[in-house]
Amino acid sequence: MDKTYAEINAKIKEGKAVVVTAAELIELVAEKGLAQAAREVDVVTTGTFGPMCSSGVFLNFGHSAPRIKMHRLWLNNVPAYTGIAAVDAYLGATEVPEDDPLNSTYPGEFWYGGGHVIQDLVARKPIHLKATGYGTDCYPRRKIETTLTLDDINEAVLFNPRNAYQNYNCAVNLSNRTIYTYMGMLKPGLGNAHYSTSGQLSPLLKDPYFKTIGLGTRIFLGGGIGYVAWHGTQHLPFIQRDVNGNELGPSGGTLMVIGDLKQMDPRWLVGTSYLGYGATLSVGIGIPIPILNEEIARFAAAADEELYAPIVDYGEAYPNRLPGNLGYVSYAQLKSGKIMVNGKEVPTAPLSSYPRALEIANLLKEWIQKGKFLLAEPVQLLPPPSDQPTPAILK
Amino acid sequence: MAPKKVVLRFSADIADKPIIYRLVKDYDLIINILKANVNPQKEGTMVLEVIGDLYAAGLDYLRRQGVVVQDLTQEIVRNEDLCTDCGACTAICPTGALYLKRPSMEVQFDSDACVVCYLCLKACPVRAMEVRF
Ligand code: SF4
Ligand code: SF4
Repeated sequence: MDKTYAEINAKIKEGKAVVVTAAELIELVAEKGLAQAAREVDVVTTGTFGPMCSSGVFLNFGHSAPRIKMHRLWLNNVPAYTGIAAVDAYLGATEVPEDDPLNSTYPGEFWYGGGHVIQDLVARKPIHLKATGYGTDCYPRRKIETTLTLDDINEAVLFNPRNAYQNYNCAVNLSNRTIYTYMGMLKPGLGNAHYSTSGQLSPLLKDPYFKTIGLGTRIFLGGGIGYVAWHGTQHLPFIQRDVNGNELGPSGGTLMVIGDLKQMDPRWLVGTSYLGYGATLSVGIGIPIPILNEEIARFAAAADEELYAPIVDYGEAYPNRLPGNLGYVSYAQLKSGKIMVNGKEVPTAPLSSYPRALEIANLLKEWIQKGKFLLAEPVQLLPPPSDQPTPAILK
Repeated sequence: MAPKKVVLRFSADIADKPIIYRLVKDYDLIINILKANVNPQKEGTMVLEVIGDLYAAGLDYLRRQGVVVQDLTQEIVRNEDLCTDCGACTAICPTGALYLKRPSMEVQFDSDACVVCYLCLKACPVRAMEVRF
């Protein structure tokens, strides 16, 4: 008994749609069986909240009198890219001030960067703008310094080239010194293991073959409504397998997402600093999965026990791009607090917030139940997993 | 003379040496152990109340042994408004003062177990851990 987007949306409008979070679906399937759960449930909500470096915002400030063609631009001292039209700019999440000591005082602290400016913008804090121009006949002004808030400018569009990574490495450190990475502080000699997805709640782990997620899918983005714009950069999905060929869940898919920053919320776009690595932005994303058929329900019901992350050494293997990994570990094991790596018990910790991911899945569920959020049928699905993902190598 | 509170931090290679015994025996210090913890990586932390004439000499002895010694005049607090419950601090904190509640995966902070080692201050990606003087 398959369902269509139109049928599900009709139920949402009537307030009759059955919406559960991915965590609730797992319980429902255990209780009633897959076929029954697939019949009953219309929409499953997912969520993730964690650092996503490939994020940023397109801004249009409106024109000054006289006009300026911004050649260089700083927002709260953080440079933004101006190589587009006169008062358009793109501020990236990992940009830092030119006078930041970076890693010259190792490990650098990266207190404030593009991600923090984005959070301050969304929080409606005053932002200091400084821009210089070289002066043209049509744009004579050479300098402007002013203070603005998000409400003062024409547009602010969050446009993130790569978000919501389907799966991620479990990072460890085999070297004999503490290292500071985008996976946090990793103590020497397998002192700790860090992982970074919400596992059974994580959007792209719940639709491994991209049967429902595609261009135009309406999503929860940064506390507001956003859309999937394209597949993300480095979208190279595949199904992980162990040495015996058993499936270990998907990996490698990513999303490019877009949404109006003005309706977002600073709780779900948080400026973030990784010691010794840099500044970034923690982004909250939630994706609704329409249960069109039983197969889609089966994938959406994958539990932490069935989803695996590869264990990767960030001391030597990752930075030098050495192939292979130290084995796979399930999200159930990762969440238990300890895993075994090379015969040693290693304490684990997440970098992505499970409580916040759950809050997103619940918020999205509430929006749909109240009829405030309708499903959008994608105009084109994302490229599905391939048997041979071939990432480019920069030579 | 009032007792002073100090935090001692040991690496794995000195955690099993009888240094507290020497403080009492050789430096005639009166010692009250307020907190003591050895984590699974065998790094030790201890909070002591110390009183005695040879206080400074005793602490110098500890430093010579490779113990990190620090006055305990500060307190670490978690700013609940900033904390996102990410968990990034929980495998860094040497005493388990920051830990995950399961299965909800909410991050808990037990300030009684905190030995003010400052590790979480910089490891927290949103700087939610703060020093209070
Ligand atoms: S200062 Fe932070 S890391 Fe150190 S013991 Fe206290 S809570 Fe743990
Ligand atoms: S690292 Fe910071 S934000 Fe994350 S749980 Fe610990 S205190 Fe909270």
